[in-house]
This record gives sequence, C-alpha cells and structure tokens, in this order.
Amino acid sequence: MLLLPLLHALTGTVLVASGPRLGRRWGAALGALAPLVTLIWLLTQLPGVLDGDVIDERTSWVDGLALTVDLRLDGFAALMVLLVSGIGVLVFWYSAGYFSDHTRDLGRLFGLLTWFSGAMVGLVLADNLFVLYMFWELTSITSYLLIGNSHENARARASALHALLVTGLGGLVMFVGFMLIGQAAGTFRLSEILADPPSGGPVTAGLVLVIVGAASKSAQYPFHSWLPGAMVAPTPISAYLHSATMVKAGVYLVARFAPAFAGHAVWRPIVLTVGLVTMVAGGLRALRQHDLKLLLAFGTVSQLGMLFVLFGAGLEAATLAGVLMLFGHALFKATLFMVVGIIDHQTGTRDLRALPGFGRPWLPVVAIGLVAAASMAGVPLLFGFIAKEQAFAGFDGTGYSWSAPVLAVLVGGSCLTAAYSARWAWGAFTAGGTDWHPAPPAAPVDRPPRRGFWAPPAVLATATLALGVAPMLADGFADVALSSLVAGAHHVHLALWHGPTLALALSLVVYGVGAAMFVARRPISSVLARGHTVPNGSDAYLAVLRALNRVADLVTRVTQSGSLPFYAGVILLTAAVAPGLALLIGTDTLAWPDFLDSPAHIPVVLALVGGALGAALVPRRLAAALFLSVVGYGMAALFVVEGAPDLALTQVTVETLGTVLFVLVLRRLPRRFSRPTAAGRIPRLFVSAAVGAAVFAFALVAADSRTAPPVSDEMIGRAYPDGHGKNIVNVILVDFRGIDTLGEIMVLGVAAVGAVALARAPVGSRRRARAATVGAHQDGDR
Amino acid sequence: MKRLLVVDVSVRVMFHTVLIGSLYLLFVGHNRPGGGFVGGLVAGSAIALRFIAGGIDEVRGLTRFRPWTILGTGLLLAAVTAVVPVVLGDPVLSSALWEADVPLLGTVKTTSALFFDSGVYLLVVGLVFMVFEAFGGEPPTASAVDRTERAGGVA
Repeated sequence: MLLLPLLHALTGTVLVASGPRLGRRWGAALGALAPLVTLIWLLTQLPGVLDGDVIDERTSWVDGLALTVDLRLDGFAALMVLLVSGIGVLVFWYSAGYFSDHTRDLGRLFGLLTWFSGAMVGLVLADNLFVLYMFWELTSITSYLLIGNSHENARARASALHALLVTGLGGLVMFVGFMLIGQAAGTFRLSEILADPPSGGPVTAGLVLVIVGAASKSAQYPFHSWLPGAMVAPTPISAYLHSATMVKAGVYLVARFAPAFAGHAVWRPIVLTVGLVTMVAGGLRALRQHDLKLLLAFGTVSQLGMLFVLFGAGLEAATLAGVLMLFGHALFKATLFMVVGIIDHQTGTRDLRALPGFGRPWLPVVAIGLVAAASMAGVPLLFGFIAKEQAFAGFDGTGYSWSAPVLAVLVGGSCLTAAYSARWAWGAFTAGGTDWHPAPPAAPVDRPPRRGFWAPPAVLATATLALGVAPMLADGFADVALSSLVAGAHHVHLALWHGPTLALALSLVVYGVGAAMFVARRPISSVLARGHTVPNGSDAYLAVLRALNRVADLVTRVTQSGSLPFYAGVILLTAAVAPGLALLIGTDTLAWPDFLDSPAHIPVVLALVGGALGAALVPRRLAAALFLSVVGYGMAALFVVEGAPDLALTQVTVETLGTVLFVLVLRRLPRRFSRPTAAGRIPRLFVSAAVGAAVFAFALVAADSRTAPPVSDEMIGRAYPDGHGKNIVNVILVDFRGIDTLGEIMVLGVAAVGAVALARAPVGSRRRARAATVGAHQDGDR
Repeated sequence: MKRLLVVDVSVRVMFHTVLIGSLYLLFVGHNRPGGGFVGGLVAGSAIALRFIAGGIDEVRGLTRFRPWTILGTGLLLAAVTAVVPVVLGDPVLSSALWEADVPLLGTVKTTSALFFDSGVYLLVVGLVFMVFEAFGGEPPTASAVDRTERAGGVA
C-alpha cells in the first residue's frame, strides 16, 4: 500500500521535471498512470474487502524513534480510494481536453495534481495519526500550489494564501488535538483509538480541536470563505480538489471519529450546529451567484455542511446516508464542475447572465449537466435521490432527542439545494438569464465541444443514472463502508421505492418549495442581494489578517527601536539582573578562593586588567578592539597556566580571527566613538557596573556551590571505550554532546548567512521591500 | 591596492604550512588537543593571511566554490553523520570505530566522529570565507561614513 503514494510521488516528480515537454496528451496520460494503478490495485483487493476483510500494513520507518507507517484498507477507505483514484483518472482525461499545449507550467500543474492524488490516497489509507496528519498537510500544500499555479495573477496568489492559512492553521490545531487524544489513548493508531475511545478532560479539548481542523478543511462556517476564493484555479483542479476529494478530508475525519465520540458532550452540539449553519448559509449564498462556478462552490459548501451533519450525528442510519451522499456528491459535483469548465472553455464565459442557451451540437453536454443537477436536487431515478431519502430517513425516529429540529433544517437546506440546482441548470442552458441584467458582461462565442472533452463527465453522469435506477448495485459497497465505520451495523438494502414513508413526503415538500423558490427567483434574488452588505467570511479573514499586521507593527515598533546601545543595554541588564537576584535570594556566604596559585598568574592578570581598562577608556575604535584582543590572549595564557591546552588553542585562534574581523568592520565605521551626552553616560555606567558586579559575584558563588559529584569523572571513564578518543573535550563535543554541537554549528551557519545579508543590503531596501509586499496584498484583496 | 613583496612571499610560504597544520589539528583532534573547530579556525587564519597580502580578490581566487556552498556542505556532512546512526537503529551520533592495517603506517584507527568533525571544519572555513565576502570589500569612502554618522545610524 505504501508503494501507491510513492508511485504518485515519483510520476509527479517526473511530470514536474519534464515541464512543458510532454504536452497535454502525454502529460495527462502519465499523470493518470498512478491513479489508474491504484484503481486496478483496489479492484484486485475488492473481493476481499467486500467480504469484510481489513488489510493492515505496518512499515517500520525509524526504529530508533519508534516511528511506523500504518496503513489500513477497510470498506470506507476503499470507497474513498475509489473516489480519489477514479475521479483522478477522469480528471486527467478531462484535463487533456481542457488545457492546451501552450498552457504555461502545464508539467508542473499535472505533477502537482499527481502529488495531490497520492497524498489523498495516503490520507484515506492512514491508520496512524502522525501519518494522517502528514498526508493532510501535503494535500493543503499541493492545494496551495495548484490554486496559485498562475503565479503572475495577484488574485490567484492571495486566494492560494488564504486557503493555505486557513487549512494549514486548522491542520495545526487538529495536530494538537491528535496529540491530546493519542496521549490519552496511549496509542496513535487510529483503529485502536476508535475501537477503545479514551475519555477525560484532555480528550474533550482534543475533540474540539479536531473538529476545528476538520471544519477548516471542509470549508465549514466560519472558515468556508477560502473555498469560493479557490475557484480561481483551473476547473479540472476545482472539480478534483475543491469538490470531489480534498474538501471531503474533514468530512472523512468526522465520519471516522463520530461513531466512537458522538456520545461525547461536546461532539454533537458543535458538529451538528456547524454543519446545519453551513448547509443553510451556503445554500443562500449559492442562490445569489451569477458565476456558475461560484454557484457550485457555495453549493459545495452547503453540501459539505450536510455531510458534516449526516456523519457527525454518529447514528447508524444517518451514517449510511452520509456514505451514500459522499459518493453521490462526488459523482454529480465533479460532473457539474466539468460541465462548467466545458462551457467556460468553449464560450469564454461562465456568467449565467451572458449565456444564450445552446443548440443541437451541445445536446450531450446539456444532458450530462441536467442529469447531474437533477441528482443534486434529489430527483428520483438518480443516485442523489437515494442518498437524500436515506438522509431524511436517518433522522426519522431515532433515539437522539434533537432529531426533529435537525431533520427540519436538513429539509430546509435541501429546498435551497433544489432551488439552486434549478437556477444552475436554467442559467447554464437557457437564455433565461440574459434578460436578468441590463448589460451582460461579455458576448460569448459558441464553439460546440469535441466528444473527448465531454466523455469524462459522461462517465460520471452514467454512473449517477445507473446507481439511481438500480441502487441495489451499490448494496455491497455501502454495506462494508458502513460496517467499517459503525461496528455491528445492519445489512444495507438500497431500493428506489420504500413505500409511502415520511422521507418520501419530505422529498415532495423539497421539490415543491424548491420549484416555488425557482419561480419566485426575482423577489428572492432582490432580498438576497441585500445580503451583500452583511460582512462575509472573506471580509472576516481580511480583517483578521490586517489586525495581525497591525499588532505585528506595534510589537515591532515597541521592541525594535533601532538603537544599538539600547539593545545592548537591555540584553546586558537582563544578564546581570536575573542571576543577580537569584544570588541575592539564594546565597548566604561568599567563600573567597585562593587568589594566587602560581607566580605565572601575576603577569597574566596584569595583562588582563590592563587590557580591559584600556578597552573601556580609549576614544578610538581600533585601539579598543586591540585592547580587547589583549584580554582574549590573556585568557588564553590563563588557560595554558591552568593546564587546558584545548581551550587555549581555541581561544588563540578565535582571538586572532576575531581581531581580523574587527579590523574589517571598523574600516566602515568612524575612527572614534561618538561621545555620549552626560545624561546618556549615567545609564551606561550603571549597566556596566551592574554587569561587572553580577558576573564577579556569580563566578565566586558558582565555583563554590557544587553539591552533586562532577559528571566529568564519568565522561573521563567512558571517553575511550564509548567514544574511541583520548581527547575527552573532543569526545564530548562530537559524541556525548554531539547534538549540542550540531545545533551550535547550525546557529553559526545561520548567523553567517544573516551577517552577509545584512552587510550586503543597501540602506533603505528593507523599507521598500515591505512597501512592495503590502501593495501586492492589497491588490489581492479584491 | 599596493602589494608588498616581503609580505607576499612570506604569506605564500606560510599559507600551505598553516593549512597542513590545520588538517593535522583536525585529524588528531580525537586523541590530542585539536578538533574540527580549531582546525577550521586555523585554516581561517591562513585565509586571513592571504587577505592581508592581496585583499578580497586573492581570497576569492583561493577556491572556485562559493562560500555558502562550503558552509552548507559542512553543515550537511555533520547533520548526515548525526542522522545515519538513527536510520541504522542506534542513538543519534553513535560513533563507529574502524581499524585498518596500512603498509608503512601500521594500524590506522578512525571513527565516524571524524566525519562530524570534518563537517565542523568545513563549516568554519565556509564561515570565514563568508565573513571576508561580506566585509572584505573596499570600505565606503570617508564622506559616506560621516553621512551615516550624522544621520544617527551609528551610535
């Protein structure tokens, strides 16, 4: 199983590296390879999976850290893999017609799509919270790169960033939730956690965080606004990532967690409220869109809300409805996006006010679009009807006390769905929209599409139709998908006709209200138009971003005054006061050490004191630097006298190079120190005296305050047997405390890069760079 | 830049000697005073000698690698040495010992710590190159310095 994401990664890398050389046909064919292989692999596993077998695979990754990659194929995962890979293959096929050989960065686009597909396969197969999280973030990152693929477009960049920030932050929040739940459960294996769900305060907090992550990924209110923004991406990407697969990741997580955690006090109130609000608000927003693609995007938001409700309730019948709806939605929504893409591609517009209706050559496309839209509305003989019936039945007569209100809102949301489905079909395929607005934005051209272009959505529409007429075909798959979520679930028997049930009556209500809303579209539209004045999610996002920038500016202004003496003063004073206070509180007596061990100390100390005084008193910078070197070499001499040749060697070389560096830098500065005013001199004197006293006292106390036996004896004992070295200092540096050394040299490297950057940056360039960034972002706000 | 023959010649003589000394420090470091850090610093002093003799152009002519390439290679070498034992299932930075009988030299012992130390050595050498790259160019003219000071840029 692990090979599947790796195959995606490999072919994706080949595609990115090949750039435009492969062209659209071969590029799409190579891109479709990995999803196709995944699909074939799934078919070979399918007989076992349909018998209820579960395939576990554990690959040990880093033994030393106990990291493993756990993958698991059960019924629900198989359904997700089928969607991801099946629609993936169709999207690549469709892309071959959508893009031209001259599309910029086509190889990168196909490669990213393949990477995404692999990440998504990994996400649904993951049985380990770390692995799940990794694939989750990989989908966010590939989504970011795909939305921003046309990187010259400021709007694409801003939308991509919006999506990344929201889903990425959500992912981080979710990761904290994973940690809390995994710690409480004592395992990070998803299947084990769900089989034996932990409880307690941290788990409650963890669940809330996981819900936040899932809601941000699945574009639930109040995080939804990135999804409509993501529609700047080319339509194949929207069809694949932003309707059929990636946005289902949050739903997938809720589906996995809900049966185990729905009884938890926080779960249902949050998930159901979020889902219902999203369903209704998304539906209302969809009803006022003129852009067919945006209409579908808000429709997707609404449907994702519905899926949140169906899965989130954690009830068996509702979960079955969720499984059906998940599958049905992927089928019809991908189809609808592809149809919009065809219309956009062939006519140059997707504004329903400009589309004039289509002639005979468009008949197949119109038929495909109508089937998909009708399935979305829940019309019988299509799979959407089966799913919607089950959704209504799922909240009818359950033990859950809030079933009735949830059902009422679901019906209301479905009315909106029926209404915007009708609006979409009417706007796309009839001239009805053209008299809507006095001035249509752009005059469309009419080039009927070629057969290969509409074949992929035709496959999906056929599946919608076939499963709608003969739903029993899906019995087996729905059965294992349900039973892998809800243990001990009843067997599934899907049927077109259940008799005169409440669900059927509610469906009739939905058609009636939906039709009425479509007929009354003008008054409704004028009411909804007033909604433009209400702040929406993307205003909120921008407000948050601006507030963040203002806070950052404020903090920067307060802490970064730009005065070097001020910085140095703060640092030194902290270094003096913090240990100084500890000394005052914790020490009773000062033990005076022997001041003179050997006569060699006398000249060394004289040089040290003289150098230090000289450095503090001379007015010329170069002279001060040289006096400092005297202090440094004096220290080296002291090390020699005390029998530490290693330290002495290092000290001498550092001092030598340090002096050279001082000279280099001082060439750029004035020869003399600037003379501080009398008022400026007093704080400097105070800081110097405080630092000197604190260091002096600290050295005395530290030398005398050993309570535990020194660790050096053990290090001396182990240096040769364990570290194979006779130089203990070196063994400590490269072996015992090697990680410290690694960290230190990293700091050194970063500091070097920073110093070069600072030295090279011309004065004022930073201000200009900042102004440019802000300007670009304001362009992207629109 | 005016060059002094005496300085030029003596630097040429000393340069390689100091470099060999730095390599000696690197290799004996595990058993005697020395090590990658000191070795790198000594090599850096050798580079500083060349700078004194010929300025930044002479330093640039020493190697065709860019300073950050040297620095990054060192960092990478050290990090890889640290991580390899983890991949093999041992703690981070576990050191391995190799012994080999070499004709004329007798038994030669070396440990994986030498790679780590070599990484440190390269990093320090790269750092010195970078410092000269950053600050070794011709300093700004005196008037520019005065302007900076009057604007309050330097306290």
